[in-house]
Amino acid sequence: MNQTVVSYLSQYEFYDFLLALFRNNQGVLAFTLYLLLALIIVGMCATIGGLGTYAERKISADLQARIGPNRVGPYGLLQMLADGVKMMTKEDIMPFTADKKLFYLAPLLCLTGVFATLAVLPFSSGFIMADLNVGIFYLVAISSLVGLGVFLGGYASNSKWSMLGGMRGASQIISYEIPVTISILAIVLLAGGMGFGTIVGRQGGLPHEWFMFHNPFAFIAFFVYSVGALAETNRAPFDLPEAESELVSGYHTEYTGMRFGFFALAEYIEVFVVCGVAASLFLGGYNVPGIKLDILPMQAAQFVIFMTKTLVLYYVVIWIRWTLPRLRVDQLMSVCWKYLTPIAIFNLMGCAIWMVVFNGKSIAELVLGSH
Amino acid sequence: MIPAQFDALMPIVIFMGLAILLFFGGHYLSVVLAPKKPSHLKSTPYECGELPVGSAWSMFNVRFYVVGLIFIIFDVESVLMFPVASIFRELNDMGQGGYALIIFLSFISVLIEGIAYCWKKGDLDWVKSFQHSHKKENK
Repeated sequence: MNQTVVSYLSQYEFYDFLLALFRNNQGVLAFTLYLLLALIIVGMCATIGGLGTYAERKISADLQARIGPNRVGPYGLLQMLADGVKMMTKEDIMPFTADKKLFYLAPLLCLTGVFATLAVLPFSSGFIMADLNVGIFYLVAISSLVGLGVFLGGYASNSKWSMLGGMRGASQIISYEIPVTISILAIVLLAGGMGFGTIVGRQGGLPHEWFMFHNPFAFIAFFVYSVGALAETNRAPFDLPEAESELVSGYHTEYTGMRFGFFALAEYIEVFVVCGVAASLFLGGYNVPGIKLDILPMQAAQFVIFMTKTLVLYYVVIWIRWTLPRLRVDQLMSVCWKYLTPIAIFNLMGCAIWMVVFNGKSIAELVLGSH
Repeated sequence: MIPAQFDALMPIVIFMGLAILLFFGGHYLSVVLAPKKPSHLKSTPYECGELPVGSAWSMFNVRFYVVGLIFIIFDVESVLMFPVASIFRELNDMGQGGYALIIFLSFISVLIEGIAYCWKKGDLDWVKSFQHSHKKENK
């Protein structure tokens, strides 16, 4: 049932060659391949996270008619390396009132939760580390670890700013999980499966084959998901857990050096993951427009398509941050519970009815009359 | 093909392991590279330059607890809906769509009832406590 990247590679001839190299020990070979590919993905995502901090500053500079970082390397591109070195060489300070073990572990929870989601992210039809048959369900479940990390970080610091930030963070993340989950449910309903392979396989490369344009309800569900995902990753305009102007910097006020760096890295990778999920669920994922072939070079094309969609969404996330002002806490909660959740439930019902009435056909199929 | 023991859970464990490795590796680097000059004043919790008064672990507003409770109800209901949603298309192709739809909608109506009840009770209002007690006094 569960496709993995190794079971995909095993259909090619060079897999047998590698197997001979490993003396037919399939377990060791599978482990090595997994580790190698996991290292590639982690390295890539860490680079994207680092470039995310750079892009964030450069785009904000553009929007505010400033120059932005331009000293380190060409166009300031090496700024992220300079930041990384600086974080490592800063003293690690822990408040003497803090709960030391929890204070130490909170960034690890954030990091583990985000890294574990990378295992099911579909970069291409073959290059998906583990195409679990409960893919999206697993992703929603495991990414709750991030909320736990945020809350523990705030709680363990024993500082008032951190505590307020952590409490807000926890209530915000769990609240916005509801509209996000229900929007995802609508897509699961349309796709008829929870695995990423199934969901993306149901869609096509061209916009009218995407789930976003499948029916009007799915179209609204995309926006509900986007707003909820922004809030779940603590991005502006929902960055209340770390609101600079009211809470200093919220749940990571007391974190310095590398530990702060882990929080930041986890946040930027999480934004990438959330954008990737939005691209695969609603925007056709890795499907190449017009071509359906099962050869190895296609994987590269699919990878490029997926990354393009994801990075465009990443740009939109940064764009939103520097365009919209921050909400108030009560507005935040009423947006979630009084607007997004009812709309999401309405979308779910609409999708279910659409499935039965139009026998699972999309608008385009109904209009063009195909199938 | 691949035997069952190399199942899809291995990459997940590997990714979690990499996170732990990165975490402790980064910590090790920062222990080696960073200066260490602890002082009592430096490790006081930040309170805008003032000496902190009291602990931050004090009583907290109960509405966070209410939000947590509502979340658990809705989360469990959405978890229960996932299996139904994933076989909905299959049921529809088998011609059982209408039957599945009625069951699905009646389950969602429980969810709607729940949110309507919370809304009526005022649990979805963030700044309700003051307004509500005010209204009662007027009566």
